Parts: sequence; structure tokens; C-alpha cells
Amino acid sequence: MLALDFPPINEVLRWRDLIPGIGFNKISLIVVLAVVISVAVFFAAIRKDPMKPPTGVRNFAEVLVEFIEQQIIMPTVGRSGLGWTPFLLTLFVFIFLCNIPGIIPFLQMPATARLAIPLFLSLVVWLVFVGAGLKHQGVGYFTHLIWPPGVPAGLKPLVGLIELVSTLIVRPFSLTIRLCANLLAGHILLVTFAVLAQELIKSDAIALKPVAILPWVMLVFITAFEVLVAFLQAYIFVILTAVYIGTSVHPEH
Amino acid sequence: MEAFSVLANSQITDEGLKAANAALSSGFAYGLAAIGSAIGIGFLVGKSVEAMARQPEAAGMVRTTMFLGIAFTEALALIGFVVFILAGLG
Repeated sequence: MLALDFPPINEVLRWRDLIPGIGFNKISLIVVLAVVISVAVFFAAIRKDPMKPPTGVRNFAEVLVEFIEQQIIMPTVGRSGLGWTPFLLTLFVFIFLCNIPGIIPFLQMPATARLAIPLFLSLVVWLVFVGAGLKHQGVGYFTHLIWPPGVPAGLKPLVGLIELVSTLIVRPFSLTIRLCANLLAGHILLVTFAVLAQELIKSDAIALKPVAILPWVMLVFITAFEVLVAFLQAYIFVILTAVYIGTSVHPEH
Repeated sequence: MEAFSVLANSQITDEGLKAANAALSSGFAYGLAAIGSAIGIGFLVGKSVEAMARQPEAAGMVRTTMFLGIAFTEALALIGFVVFILAGLG
């Protein structure tokens, strides 16, 4: 009755070059747009005259900065971590602007659904939290990391191995997979319901055409849900980064 | 009807068997991975709501911790989802 073939995964995720031969496709366009938009917004928000009250774009930028400071840094690192605001704000804005094209018409693809971008971001985070640990604790960071204080001597080899793997390997891996798989799942859900609605409308049986309203309603609902996911995943990525930096900067006693 | 006509002249080929195995195992991979995370997130959010209802002034802190917990709990389900993609669609 219905020719319901889900398109092959590469057709949903891989994009042709916009101009043939230079390797610049939709994903690259989204990433460049994300950088340009965020830089433009924050440059537009620079205060020109300190005597005037903030207006327009600057209010928006202040809300973002305050969100990062009050909701992300203060509960995780504490007051001494406020110097990390620029790094975390950049991460948050970039990830959000890479996530949100998943529901913007004509773009319709979250850039973070390709593994390369989350992988790069979490490698940067890895370098930053290891670097912060080395800066604040010296080489003692590594001994502290594998043997938290209070571990019985007999358990040291086991705890050391578990802590080493969980901190240095599982952390970046899970950051990558979490961001990528969430966005990929949302993208595939959208494609599934769009394909279903389209095939029902195109079907020969006249009785099936009105049924297309059901996947269409679901499509609208999931689109709204994807806005939430785009925000929440950016938030979770950044708050985990803040937690990792917090454990590097203030070791547990 | 098409499905039955396929059954009538069924011939099990190597490729068919491989595709059937991939489809079956990818479904199991995702379903089994989701069970634990579903129970975990249910517990986690339920307890967080309980804590917020008991102490509304601590709601902000509870919410932050809840999101952290959800992020760690759902990681295994997401790995199951990746396995589903690799085995089923890849």
C-alpha cells in the first residue's frame, strides 16, 4: 500500500558541496554562520557610552552573560571561577547556534549531529580542564586525580585505573556522544515523521490522505521539542565543562 | 500482500540473513539500552520534584544537580542509540 522507505542514513546526514570542488557544504555554512552571528551580536553589544542605560542587543547579551555567571559558574566552580565566563559563553552560544538550524527551514540540519564538531569541542574542553588542573595543582594534579585522598592503600591500583580511565577517556567520549546522539536522534525523528506525512499524502488510496494529519501534528510537536533540546544540550555541555573545570581547580579534600 | 508473496517463494540468502540479523540486533541494542536509563531518569526526576516540593528555596540547586544527573544517566541510552545507528542503518 505505502512505499515507506526510510532514506539511507547518508542521504539524511551528508550534504553535497555548495560549490563543487571546494569542500564547503551545508555543515560548514552553519558553522561559519554560527561564528559570524555570535561575533556580530557581541560586537553590537559593546557599550559605546557608559552613561547611557543599556538598550536592545546589549540587554540580550547581558542576559546571556548573567545566565552563564549565575546559573552555570556559581553553582559549580564558585566565585573564583568567574574568569571562565568568556570561554563558557563562547561554547554555549556556538553550540546553541549549531543546534538550532535543525529546525530552521532550508537549513534543516543541526551541525552538531555530525560527530566531528562535538568531538572537536570536547577535545578542546579536555585540553582546557587538564590544563587548568596542571596550572592550579602542578604535576600533583595527576596523582590527585588517580588517588583521591582517603583511598586505602590496597585499593589504590584499582581506584587509580578506574579514575584515570573515567577522567581522561570517558569524559570527552561521553561529552561527544551525548551532544551528537541527542541532535542526531532529533533529526532522524523529524525525518521519519516528515517522510510518513509525505507518503500518506501522496498515497493512491483516498482514505489514507486525511490520516496524514497525525504525523503532521507529531512533526509540529517534535519541532517544538527540538527547540528545548537545542537549548538543553548546549546548557548540559557547558555545565559539565564547568563541573570538570571546577574539579580541576578545586580538588576534593 | 507483498509480504506473503515473499514468504511463498522464500529462499534464505546470506545477505538476507545478515540484514535480518542487523535489524534484529539493532532493535534489541536500543531497546535494552533504554530500559536502565528510563528507570534511572524516572527515579531521578521524581526524587528531584519531591525535593523541590519539600524545600522550594533549594529548587535552583536541585535543578542544576538534576540536569547533571540526567546527563550522566542518559549517556548509556545514547550509546545504545549510536549502536542502533551503526548496526541498523549504517
